Amino acid sequence: MAKLHEELIQVNNLKKYFRISRKSVLKAVDDVSFSIKKGETLGLVGESGCGKSTCGRTVVGLYDATGGSVLYEGKDVHRLKKDEKLQFKKNAQYIFQDPYASLDPRMTIGDIIGEGMDVHQMHSNEKERTARIHELLELVGLNPEHAVRYPHELSGGQRQRVGIARALAVEPEFIVCDEPISALDVSIQAQIVNLLIELQENLDLTYLFISHDLSMVKHISNRVAVMYLGVIVELASSEELYKNALHPYTKALMSAIPVPDPDVESSRERIILPGDVPSPINPPPGCKFQGRCKYAMPICKEKTPELVDQGDGHFVACYLHNK
Amino acid sequence: MDKILDVKNLGVSFHTYAGEVKAVRGINFYLNRGEALALVGESGCGKTVTAKSLMCLNPMPPAEIKDGSSIEYNGQEVLEMSKDELRAFRGAEISMVFQDPMTSLNPTMKIGDQIAESLTTHMKLNKKEALDKAVQMLERVGIPEAEERINSYPHEFSGGMRQRVMIAIALACNPRILIADEPTTALDVTIQAQVLELLKELQNEMGTSIILVTHDLGVVANFADRIHVMYAGKIVEKGTTRDIFYRGEHPYTWALLSSVPDLYAENRKKLYSLEGTPPDLLLPLEGCPFASRCKYCMQICREKMPPKTDINESHSVSCWLKHPSAPKVEKPHILRRDV
Amino acid sequence: MAETTVDEKFEIIGCENSDSEKIVRPTMTYWQDAWRRLKSNNVAMISIVILIALVVMTIIGPHLTPYTHEEMIVEERNMAPSSEHWFGTDELGRDIFTRVWKGGRVSMLIGVVGAFVASFVGCIYGGIAAYFGGTVDDIMMRIVEILVSIPYLIVVILISVLTRSKGMGSILLALCITGWCGTARLVRGQILQLKEKEFVIAAKALGVSDWKIITRHLIPNTLGIIIVSITFDIPGFIFSEAFLSYIGLGVQSPDTSWGAMASAAQNNLMFYPYQLFFPALMIALTMLAFSLLGDGLRDALDPRLRQ
Repeated sequence: MAKLHEELIQVNNLKKYFRISRKSVLKAVDDVSFSIKKGETLGLVGESGCGKSTCGRTVVGLYDATGGSVLYEGKDVHRLKKDEKLQFKKNAQYIFQDPYASLDPRMTIGDIIGEGMDVHQMHSNEKERTARIHELLELVGLNPEHAVRYPHELSGGQRQRVGIARALAVEPEFIVCDEPISALDVSIQAQIVNLLIELQENLDLTYLFISHDLSMVKHISNRVAVMYLGVIVELASSEELYKNALHPYTKALMSAIPVPDPDVESSRERIILPGDVPSPINPPPGCKFQGRCKYAMPICKEKTPELVDQGDGHFVACYLHNK
Repeated sequence: MDKILDVKNLGVSFHTYAGEVKAVRGINFYLNRGEALALVGESGCGKTVTAKSLMCLNPMPPAEIKDGSSIEYNGQEVLEMSKDELRAFRGAEISMVFQDPMTSLNPTMKIGDQIAESLTTHMKLNKKEALDKAVQMLERVGIPEAEERINSYPHEFSGGMRQRVMIAIALACNPRILIADEPTTALDVTIQAQVLELLKELQNEMGTSIILVTHDLGVVANFADRIHVMYAGKIVEKGTTRDIFYRGEHPYTWALLSSVPDLYAENRKKLYSLEGTPPDLLLPLEGCPFASRCKYCMQICREKMPPKTDINESHSVSCWLKHPSAPKVEKPHILRRDV
Repeated sequence: MAETTVDEKFEIIGCENSDSEKIVRPTMTYWQDAWRRLKSNNVAMISIVILIALVVMTIIGPHLTPYTHEEMIVEERNMAPSSEHWFGTDELGRDIFTRVWKGGRVSMLIGVVGAFVASFVGCIYGGIAAYFGGTVDDIMMRIVEILVSIPYLIVVILISVLTRSKGMGSILLALCITGWCGTARLVRGQILQLKEKEFVIAAKALGVSDWKIITRHLIPNTLGIIIVSITFDIPGFIFSEAFLSYIGLGVQSPDTSWGAMASAAQNNLMFYPYQLFFPALMIALTMLAFSLLGDGLRDALDPRLRQ
């Protein structure tokens, strides 16, 4: 196992706003801070529209930040010089959600995987390139013969593995996995999660694992951050979070996970959240969750709760716990 | 219990450039009145094609229903219906909710008009009565301020709300059967729970029979009365929900059950995973379709299709492991928790 | 004996994982797939045959007769089609068969070259506007709108005044100047959609340069619709040329084109209708064939129809 002390990524008060029109601003990520240690996996959970993907993309510099900073090994990702930027793009990679949209339909699998190697000049001749592509294909459990195929000839799980191989081709240290399993069948999800864990152990990778599926996030992550409408509401080690969830939203998320056992299911108390996630455009002040929270107090409408350590690195942003 | 739908020897093929893709290969099942049946399997196993052929919704060509197939609804042969009969049949007797709520609503029509559309055609209501009924249906599926929302357009609704609207449209004419094709796959976990709860409630209240098509065994545990597990266009195991979850017999059922992550399991332990990909349905299948991915594969599995073995009157399985000469294998851990 | 084989058959041998990852279908590129679909479209295939026949005839046609396109045989004016003059002769005694194919060269050349040049310019222009977006896009698209609002007739007259010549060159120039705007808009729309796709973002995340993203990802993915648009543009260009020649702004005698021939023939339409019939037939046939082929190509190249 990798040493878990050096901080690789530090996100400080990160903000990403999108201007929708003259008057309205979509606050996709609103003042988010966390750090990821070397060799660690941080899970980022939340429902669609909570800003988790935007957060991931801003962290690797695919979006410019509106405020705050992302430090990678101490350097601000958004203020890099041109050659440093290219180096950073080699170190930090991204795996996408949709295995159908993330591969160029006009390129062969070999060329898709080889593209990053071409950019960073990681091979000296054609033979080396082909050998490396075959090696990568085998690493993710595909056959070298897949290199001449086109994306539409592969199944969803196979395509997602190509996406992983593409990211691995440039030998990164840090990978943002943006819902890499949510478009796949349950039976295939396990293949991909196992592969990601195995690669992490062998190649010393650091992950930011984004998903709406708490059970998978819990399985793969060392620590989990729960996001709701652009803010982190709870952050704890994954075991702690599952044993002792504090935020009402986290509790609701956990109770919604289906269990493949009819007896457990029928006896289980399920917290059903009323309504939908409100719009992140011009959100009201106060706690973002108060509209759907059954414990909402007057103070929740007035002030935004801070993320406070409850001991043992279990952070929660809720007035029920921050007296 | 009386059968409302009886499907016999259903076979559906698609004619493509590469040859004939046998998507559904002779399956038999029935649906009782007021019952919830789940069709479970991976993508490409033919479960959606099966669901669509119940309403004759597969485009023909390239699809072709094989000779000898029969779908009986209340004693009436669906495959022999005329165009007009089919039109009256769809929507009024049997209706469908699709996976993607973003694309299955017409973006240029008001929600109320979309619900009223089928009411005016099938139940011969006038516009006003239909809109009143539409408001009722929206309230019924839990959309607040229904009176005002009937004048909204689909883009003003969130994904979960749209799926509720889809359910309202599907149930507007009070059909006897509702086919739900992966109704929760595109939704978030919390919304998924809401939608399933809603379907269950409506089923009990209106006495509708439901066929739920899904790839996730987790969601059907508390939903279905009976489960059919499909693989490569065949039903490999059928039984009641308890049969499948506690007494499953087919290695594929075991694999599906084991691949649902367990919240209480140890972190970062290797998950059980079903390796490989389902077979290409273009190929003629000799032997058991699951053989190439099955841990317990035997020589015979590669040569001959396993026969159906009845365990009891509700539970049957197609697997050579049930053959008297086959070795006894231990079921995986997940199935051994039941008393 | 029989029993032992049965027992052997029931021994667990497990599975070899590599087996199940194999792809059995033959590999098929986008273009092979499109060609397969086009081949099954009879109308499009007939159009291709007609077009090939027309092109071949414009190349060899003039050499099949003993006459040249300029040669006037005074005693054989306005002759009806016969074994000597297959399509007859015009009022100056020139062989129409020879002239139809000679004129066809001009028409075809203007159509094909014009459409290709216009599409090429439009493709680059629209691609740049869409990819860089923002202010660049705004300014570039305003320019297009201004150009579109100028009637091409005015441009042609201006150019023939400026270059002091009326002929193939100035027509081609004028048509190209105005013709690329449609393609530019089309390509811009496509690329605006494509650049939000995850595979383009993935390329950006890998550090691929802008130029490579445009040439390796964006253009190949728009190529299908560009080809379709070229096929639809060609008949437009051919007709524009015919129209310009017809009103006297195009190719000048003794050179000719289908439009110029039709123009000359209309004076004698009452007496010698065949003089108009043959050039008009060629214009119609070419335009129809290109349009039908375009339809077929659109169906064949449309990714939404892929199975």
